[in-house]
Amino acid sequence: MAALNLSRLIVAAADTIVAHAEELTALDQAIGDGDHGLNMKRGFEAVRSEAEAFAAKPLPEALKAIGTKLVMTVGGASGPLFGTLFMALGKEISAAPDRANLSLAFGKAIEAVAARGKSQVGQKTMLDVLQPVHEALLRGKTATEIADSADAAAEATVPMKALRGRASFLGDRSIGHMDAGARSTALLVRTVAETVGESA
Amino acid sequence: MSNVGIVIVSHSPLVAEGTADMVRQMVGDEVPLAWCGGNGHGGLGTNVEAIMNAIDRAWSEAGVAILVDLGGAETNSEMAVEMIGEPRAQKIIVCNAPIVEGAVMAATEASGGASLREVVATAHELSPS
Repeated sequence: MAALNLSRLIVAAADTIVAHAEELTALDQAIGDGDHGLNMKRGFEAVRSEAEAFAAKPLPEALKAIGTKLVMTVGGASGPLFGTLFMALGKEISAAPDRANLSLAFGKAIEAVAARGKSQVGQKTMLDVLQPVHEALLRGKTATEIADSADAAAEATVPMKALRGRASFLGDRSIGHMDAGARSTALLVRTVAETVGESA
Repeated sequence: MSNVGIVIVSHSPLVAEGTADMVRQMVGDEVPLAWCGGNGHGGLGTNVEAIMNAIDRAWSEAGVAILVDLGGAETNSEMAVEMIGEPRAQKIIVCNAPIVEGAVMAATEASGGASLREVVATAHELSPS
């Protein structure tokens, strides 16, 4: 993973979230409180506006700063969850990560998100995408395979019953809808995989 | 002030302010008290920065007990405590209790000079689990 253009990666990730904001809101309106798309858009626009400043930092510090920015700007429960994902990644990742270091850091970040949300895999959350992506990383899958595994994992939240967050209030009625956080996570994974994949 | 401080965090600023009004009327001014509510953009929700500011306003060396409503308020409050960091973080506890009853009972306990541990235990007694 040489010559990572961090600024380009940040802008690409933010562009993806902004472009899908209405779709994310629609997903969240079905079984949540309908603010996910707007919240994520606000947070990632804030990150995008400072992309150059983040990219000027070493990767670990950049990820921590992006996480903090998301915590402060996304709001809702997604702010701390996505913020924690990036902050925890930054704590564990090296300045020039190889696949082994990335896999390790990603695993630790998933644990941090699970602790923050007091959640686990199988409860119709972003963890249901993060976990398969982690497995794909560990198994040495290509960028395209990783992106595909994220999309499939988000799709697999449709028949799940929500056990955490606002959607859990709906019980069985949460079945049949994709989890908005899982979708956002898959969008981010695909963008990162494709952007990093091109520069690898 | 040496009494434990109370912070009220609701998705709704109206609920947070109303709860704080009830605490003031029933317990008085012997307890540092702050509230926050709303997503910071005019909508319902909770906001980490607002929670950190509320903790500052209600800060006491004896510690601060936070009362929250729905899940996101708890997640955001825990995030706020973590971002405040040590040494203050160890003196801040997010209570597992109903927000209105918890705030009034915790403040009542705090007004008598109880420790943070005692204040939080009083709030937790209200929780079904």
